[in-house]
Amino acid sequence: MSDRPRIVAGLGLFLVLAAYPVWSALASTGDPSPPVLARAQDSAGCVEDTLYMAAHHADVLNAWRTSVVRDGERFYTSTAGRQWEMSLTGTCLQCHDDSQAFCERCHTYAQVELTCWGCHVAPEGQGAEP
Amino acid sequence: MSASRRRFLKELGCITLGAGAGIPLLDPDLTPWAPYPQGEGADAAAGTRQWAMVVDTEKCLRPEVRAACVEACNREHNVPRIPDAEEEVHWIWSEPYEHVLPDQVHAHTAPELKDAPVLVLCNHCTEPACVKVCPTGATWKRESDGIVMMDMHRCIGCRYCMAACPYGSRSFNWRDPRPWVETEANGKPVSDYPTRTKGVVEKCTFCAERLRTGRPPACVEAANLVPGGEGALVFGDVSDPESEVSRVLREKNTVCRRVGLGTGPNVFYVVPTAVPTAAGEGRA
Repeated sequence: MSDRPRIVAGLGLFLVLAAYPVWSALASTGDPSPPVLARAQDSAGCVEDTLYMAAHHADVLNAWRTSVVRDGERFYTSTAGRQWEMSLTGTCLQCHDDSQAFCERCHTYAQVELTCWGCHVAPEGQGAEP
Repeated sequence: MSASRRRFLKELGCITLGAGAGIPLLDPDLTPWAPYPQGEGADAAAGTRQWAMVVDTEKCLRPEVRAACVEACNREHNVPRIPDAEEEVHWIWSEPYEHVLPDQVHAHTAPELKDAPVLVLCNHCTEPACVKVCPTGATWKRESDGIVMMDMHRCIGCRYCMAACPYGSRSFNWRDPRPWVETEANGKPVSDYPTRTKGVVEKCTFCAERLRTGRPPACVEAANLVPGGEGALVFGDVSDPESEVSRVLREKNTVCRRVGLGTGPNVFYVVPTAVPTAAGEGRA
């Protein structure tokens, strides 16, 4: 068959293109290790434990907003029994006081768009480098 | 007896009609012909409030009083100062008396009174038209204190609420407001309060974030600090007969904007006792 070389070449090209995510990741020179985040100012501990917060902080913030703005409830009791005021500015940002070194660094690594600081005033404090 | 198709349809129609007619009997609150809540339904349920404000138009004739109120609000909420009148954003501002209270003005009203500047803000209506039209629940009447709240996260910028509000109390962000927000020397907005973003509607919230911590609205606090402005704005719970607003409403001649619409505004105005002589010092 006279078309065999073309078909084989086409299939080869297709495979190379289809495998783009694999070889581009292998060829990438970027550092694949997770980003090092600025430590919180207060070492007494976050609202919930770190792993839970890393996975669910957006859910927590959404639930807080609904409680405060719609239901008029201001305080949150953590699973550890500690009471917190449900406030991004008043609670979270008092410790996580550097959005670049904390929020942005991880969101960039995870390629998740961060829209909070379009309205909320981003904290630019002296993030304590670890 | 075998039912004919015709007879079956007739019976089905009768059953539907009968069931439909019975629905209002099930829920007395559903009576659709009451124009706005009356009797027991109008009173706030136990433990709920209705925040309200009384604006003394006479005391607010002083430009420094109005300016202090507007300035305090703008700084508290990072309200952008956009010079273009078509895109400006305002929470509390001044309008001529004849536009604020058109029902109080007639062909022979003194021109000085017609032009007198009056502070206006969201009326936090008992029956807010804006809430009824909002398709996303981004604005709603909070049951606990009667504030017509806004949730910017949910606003999709359709501007139905702006069309519905008869008082023009709502502003749309045609562009990113950040460049017009007053900033500190370090470039940060003057307040921690979130700025808004392009494509959302905003308005006065009676300083819900201050009330939460037991402080009065910023405009009320600012007016009381200006000499001669004490009591220019009185704020309180109108469902509590002992509150200061209730006392002022009992003792003074007050009106509110466009009562005929049935929106039930909760911002009231003490009308001037005489035609203002020093009116028209310019809008704050």
